[in-house]
Parts: sequence; structure tokens; C-alpha cells
Amino acid sequence: MFRLILRRLAISVAVLWLVTLLVFVATLLLPGDPARAILGQQATPERIAALNDQLGLDAPVWQRYLDWLGGVFTGDLGTSAASQGPVTELLGGRIGASLVLLVGAAVISTAGGLALGTWSALRRGRAVDHTVSGLSLVVAALPEFVIGVALIVVLSTTVLPLFPSVTLAPPGEPVWSQPIQLVLPILTLTLVVTPYITRMMRATMSEVLDSGYVEMARLKGLPERVVITRHAVPHAIGPVAQVIAIQLAWLAGGVVVVEFLFRYPGIGQALIDAVNNRDVEVVQAITLLIAGVYIVVNLIADIVGIMTNPKLRAEVAR
Amino acid sequence: MTAPATLTHTLAARDLRVDTVAGHPVLKGVSYEIAPGEVLALVGESGSGKTTAGLAALGHFRRGLVHTGGAISLQSGAADPVSVLDVGDRERRQLRGSTVAYIPQDPAASLNPALRIGKQIGEVLETHGYGASDAERSARIAEVLAEVGLPDDESYRRRYPHELSGGQQQRVGIAMAFACRPSVVVLDEPTTGLDVTTQTLVLRTVAALTTEHDTAALYITHDLAVVATIAHRVAVLRNGEVVEYGSADEVLRSPSHAYTRELVTAVPHLDGTGATDTSGSVTSPTSASPTSASASGASASDGPASAGARGDRGRRPVLSVSGLSVSYGDHHVLRDVSLDVRAGECVMLLGESGSGKTTLSQCVAGLGEPHAGTVSLAGAPLAASTQQRTAEQLRSVQYVFQSPYSSLNPRKTIAQSVELPLRTLTDLDAAARRARVTETLERVRLDPALAERLPDELSGGQRQRAAIARGLVTTPDVLLCDEVTSALDVSVQATIIDLLCELRRELGTAMLFVTHNIALARHVADRIAVLRGGEVIESGTVDEVLDFPSHEYTRELLANTPRM
Repeated sequence: MFRLILRRLAISVAVLWLVTLLVFVATLLLPGDPARAILGQQATPERIAALNDQLGLDAPVWQRYLDWLGGVFTGDLGTSAASQGPVTELLGGRIGASLVLLVGAAVISTAGGLALGTWSALRRGRAVDHTVSGLSLVVAALPEFVIGVALIVVLSTTVLPLFPSVTLAPPGEPVWSQPIQLVLPILTLTLVVTPYITRMMRATMSEVLDSGYVEMARLKGLPERVVITRHAVPHAIGPVAQVIAIQLAWLAGGVVVVEFLFRYPGIGQALIDAVNNRDVEVVQAITLLIAGVYIVVNLIADIVGIMTNPKLRAEVAR
Repeated sequence: MTAPATLTHTLAARDLRVDTVAGHPVLKGVSYEIAPGEVLALVGESGSGKTTAGLAALGHFRRGLVHTGGAISLQSGAADPVSVLDVGDRERRQLRGSTVAYIPQDPAASLNPALRIGKQIGEVLETHGYGASDAERSARIAEVLAEVGLPDDESYRRRYPHELSGGQQQRVGIAMAFACRPSVVVLDEPTTGLDVTTQTLVLRTVAALTTEHDTAALYITHDLAVVATIAHRVAVLRNGEVVEYGSADEVLRSPSHAYTRELVTAVPHLDGTGATDTSGSVTSPTSASPTSASASGASASDGPASAGARGDRGRRPVLSVSGLSVSYGDHHVLRDVSLDVRAGECVMLLGESGSGKTTLSQCVAGLGEPHAGTVSLAGAPLAASTQQRTAEQLRSVQYVFQSPYSSLNPRKTIAQSVELPLRTLTDLDAAARRARVTETLERVRLDPALAERLPDELSGGQRQRAAIARGLVTTPDVLLCDEVTSALDVSVQATIIDLLCELRRELGTAMLFVTHNIALARHVADRIAVLRGGEVIESGTVDEVLDFPSHEYTRELLANTPRM
């Protein structure tokens, strides 16, 4: 098993390296000049040249890439051009804030999606199933900002003024000090991701419920609860884990829009600010971070797939 | 019998009716009774409703089926009879696995691949409160594994299903069913897909267990030879109705219903005749064909290979395999196999699963892995892969696959599928191709109206005819038939065998008939090669091998083949 996992890990590292290359090339292609963006339109050529020199922007491209890559490995993500502070410091608190959103949404949507999908599969063809299928299709079709705006209208304005529509915490204070401000962003992300997980779980579960071993488990007289938890769900988890992974990876990117909508002080906000300010180093760091989440989540899904399949597990043990 | 004298049956179904949700009847009033210790065989072809009738005994109906009438009563020991279909869910669950148990057709699909087999047997005991402690249950698991002839040690119980062979998996299924000492077991074709030797072992185990524990058994099967071995009484099911019901002897020796007679006739026999001498018409036309086919084969064939001498022994081999070896890593699938097929001849390649018989036919067809040794067609060596063979060589060697359910492209009509080899391997124009397709479909007795249908709209037998037509449409010199009848019902098998024999007589095509069923030998083949563990251990004419088998293994196969 470990060899298989190690191989997957090696592939992940290779992919991550490719991503650093792409990120770097992409920022090179960004229109505009970082130094001019920082200093404004009125800057003299001398000052721009001086800043270019200071930022190391006149070194050859390959050297700039290697310097940056070396920095990434040593935990030094460079200096933010806009704030003049180290990028790590700028992002430190924001990563935590975004992680709260991500993990919150991931846990709720995974648990909810699996439960809803299973429930729907067990009532195949009945009203409940049709309702769940229809609703999930509608919600899946809506983009996250529409869901977010709708939630604000319903839950935070005159209709039902329950939750704040923006982040209330002053800068510097951790976001979780006022949990109520987390509700809407997490709810939005959850609503975006859950339909896919639900639909996939329903499809996989329907197939598993028709399988010989589930029929056999019922014919052995096992209570329905045992049939579902012991004989059905473990076989559905493997394939669904892949979909969950893709959805969670999407969350890492989707967080940008949702954070912007709710004025939430996470990496998404930071990314938008950085792009506006041509703050290349910050853009690179955040893009790399999001790509890293993608890769780690997919790696976890593959490992779950291997673990829930005794055949693969055994092959590895040999 | 331990039961009181008043007890006449353990399981009884009365006028059982089941419909599909759409209202189409599946069972139209099925009744049967089984006494303690008795085995009732429920015989029928696929689609006759026999599995539905069997599962009803456990109060289970598959998705899309609804119970519309009739009752099933179950009596265990001295207790009052229970009406299985009327009790509540909870009570029915308590019956399942403890009083009435089910042994599925396909153990590979019915054992949970992610659970250890000891756990799967143990959970039945646990659910039904068998034994007071874990130690007691553990002892029972060991005992029941020993009863079905499996090792009972701890390490064996910790295995996963995929670490067992098919026969072992089926015996785990049987152990699971007998774990709680049920009064009734329902066996749903438990030996389909098993090798004959394993089948004999499984049948013996079932017979021993039912006798020993006075268990009533409902044995669902389509194989009348198996019925003769195990059943006391027989119910013949057709289109959801019991058309004949009686003791095994009566039904098999002197069937009264025309359908039963048809089934009995269709059973292949080692001696090559149809059934016993109940009437002259019973002798199937297939029995006479091999000899006449081999005689007429040489004269009728106009292939290049038949230009040689006409004498049976003197004919040059059209297909010749010599020194063929294939291995995957350290595992040798074929070792130094040599085999000749002469023009117009049918050679049966006999072997159990894992013997390498499919690997051999795939090497001949060019579908196999790289191999050592040579395969030659009419003296000219063939490349190992189809990609390196010429169109003419590809045209000359054609393949018919085991399952007509998966070998025909579901999105192409029958005519398109049959036409494909002509399009890729010959330069006939569209009109000539169409004419050839029509002619070939007629030759395999497939209604021309079916040519424009998709495979889904055809029965299994019709599909296999279409697959054979696809094989024959290029008028090959050699046709490879890989277990072509094993996915089909017995009566359909008989018609396909008939067809192949006729085609061989008409066209003179040489055939390599790959099978695990030695009973077909006299019906199709001129010569037999017995393959075991990748080696040809015996070969010769059908009479030589069947009447005077020289190898222990062949004798064992012959002894284990059920006879009627």
C-alpha cells in the first residue's frame, strides 16, 4: 500500500512543480509593470529603474524563477510590493481565516451530501428522491455569488434579519471571535458544493444497493441499519471521495468570490487586492497555495480509494 | 425424521403470483411443497421466474416486482407454521438467515469484497443470537467451515473473498447459509460457473448437509444433469407456470409435458446420444453430425488448405500451434503447447477455468500477449499480434466470444456488426457486402427481419447466432469458438451446437472449440486436446479420449460429469 501511496505522492510533487512553473510564467505575462503600478503614473523613469533594481526585476527570467522557487522551499515567499512587508506575514492570519471557511464548509457539505444522497438512494423513485434530485439540480446550476446574494437578501435583510451580511470583526481580531459572521459565508459555500456530492452519492449508492452483496446481507436477516452502514456505504465512499475531492478543491478557489461578497478577511480578499495592486509576489504565493490545496485534497481522495478497496490494499501489502 | 408425524412439509408455496410494477405477470400461480430433508429442484430457463419463486420463500422480491397473490408457509420443527409473506418486516428479518437461508448464484458478487469471510459468516450468527458468547460463535464458524470442507483455522477466516477461488467462495456462501442450521435453504444455481470437479464437491456438500440436518432444500437450476444427481422431486417452470411436477425419476425418465421433453433432449450426453431411449425422435440431430461432418468437410471445403489429400489422417493441418508458451511474470499460463487442426476438422480444447484455454485461443487469434513458439496458418507462420497480420490472414482466422451479451456493440445493428469484418478485411463493394451479410444471416438461421435490430432487442441465442454470423461472414478457414455456449440456456446450447455442426458440414470450416464441458465432446468434436495448468496432458480422437482416457485428470473429469 505504501508503495502505491508513495507513487501518488511523487506524482503530486511533480504536479506542484509544474504549477510553480505555470504560476511564474503567468505572472510574467500579466500586462503592466509592477514598479509603475506601485509608484503610480507620475513616477520618473529613474525611480522606476531604482525600484526594478530593488525588486530584482531586471535579473534574467530563469534566475528570478530559481530565486523565487528557492524562497518557496525555505518558507520565504518574498516581499509584498504593496505593503512592503513579507508575504508570509501578510497571509499568515488570512490563511487561518480562509481555512475556517473551507473546513467548515467541507465538513458540513460532505456529511450532508453523503447523508442526503444515501437517504435519496434508499427512497429511489419516491417523492423524496425526486425532490432531492430536483432541488440539487437547481442549486447546482446557480453560481456562488447568486446563492450568496440570495442568502443575504433572505437571511440578513428585512425578510429575516438573522445574520450579518458582512464581516464585523475589526482587522486584527480573529474571525472566529464572532461566530455569527461565519454563518452566511459557510452556508453559501456549503450550498454550492453539497448538490454535487449528493447526486454522486445517490448514483453510487443506488448501484451498490442493487449489488449482490447488499441483497445477500438483507437475505441474511441483518437489520437495515447494519446493511447500510456495513455493507453498502463503505463501497460507495471510494468513488464519491473523488467527487468530494474535486469539490473541496474547487472550494479553495470558490472562496475568492465568497470572501469578496462578504468582505471576509481571507486569502481570497488578499488575492483580489493583490491583483489590483499588481502585487506579483502575493499573487504567486496565493495561487500556489490554492494549487497546493487542490493537490493535497486529491491525494487524500486517492488514498481513501485505496483504503476502501481491500484488493488494492492487499496488492500493496504483497 | 425428527419432526412430528403430522408434519408433511417444511416449506409450501400456494398459488404464488408475482407481477412486474408495469403489470406484466412473472409468476402465474406457482405451488410447491418441500418435506424435511427433501430436495426439490425448480427447473427452468432464464426468464422463467425461477429465481423470483425462490426468493419469495424468503419474503424478498427484487426491485420492480410486486407480490399480487398466494402465500408461502414455513414450518420449523414443532412450531406453528409462519406465513412468510404476511408477517411484519421485523419478524421476516428474524426468519431470514436463521430459519430460511439463501445460497446465491454468483458468490463472487454476493460476498462483500471488503469484509473478511469469518466476519461475514459471524454476522449471521450474531444477528440471530446464535450462541451465547463470541467464543461459542467462533467455534460454530470453524465448525461450519469444516462442514463445507474448508480450512477452519483463524488465518483462513481472516481472508477476503478475492483471496479465494470460485469454488471456495461458493462454499463460504453455503457455510453462511447453514451457519444457523436453517430448516429451509434456497439454492439459486449454486454450481453455475464452477468446474465440474468443484461442482461435484459442492453438490455432495449440499446433499450431506441437507440429509444430516433434515433441511428442506429448494434447488434452482437449468441443468437437468445436476437435477438427476441431487433432487428428489422436480418442478418444471416455464413462463411463470409449473408445467410439470413429480419425482425426479418420473420427470427425467418419462416427461409428460412437451417442454420438459424438449429440455431433457437438449442435455448433452457423454455418449453422444440424446437422453435415454424413450423414443426415436429424442436422438438429437447433433449426435450424427460429427462423423458425417468430418467426411463431407473435406470435399465441401473450397479453401486453399483442402487442396491436399482427402484421407482423414493425410490432410494437412490448416492451423498448427507448436511449442507455444506464455507467461505473466513468474506465472506460466501455457507451457510448450502444440496442437494441429486439419481442414474441416473440429478440435475440442477442453480445460477448466485457469487452464489457459482462452489464452491459447487468443494467441491463435492474435489477441494475446507476446508468446514463445509459433502459430501457423496453412504452413505460413502468423505474427503474434493482429496488427502485424495481413488482412488475408485476419480473414482466415475468426473468433466467436463466450458472451454474446458483451461481444456485440450495443449501438450497432446486427447487420452493421456482421458487415464490419467484410469492410475492414475485404475489398467487396457495398452491394456485395450486403448480399454476403444477408446470405450469412440466413445461414445461421437468423430471421432477416432482425438484421436491422440492436443487440438489446434479441435473445441470448439470437445474439450468439449473430456473433457466429460475424465470425463466418469472411468465410474463414478456422473459426475459434471460445465457450460459445456457456452463457446460454441448455436448450439454446443444443440449437447452437446443431448450427455449428451444420455450418461445418456446409462450409468445411475448421473449428477450435474451446470449452469446459466434456459432455459436448461427441456432439461437436472429432478430436480432443485436454489442457490442464497450461499443458496439453492428453489428446486424441473423441472415442480414444472418452473411452480409454490415459490421464488421471481426464478420468476424474469424466467421473465428475453429472449424467442423467
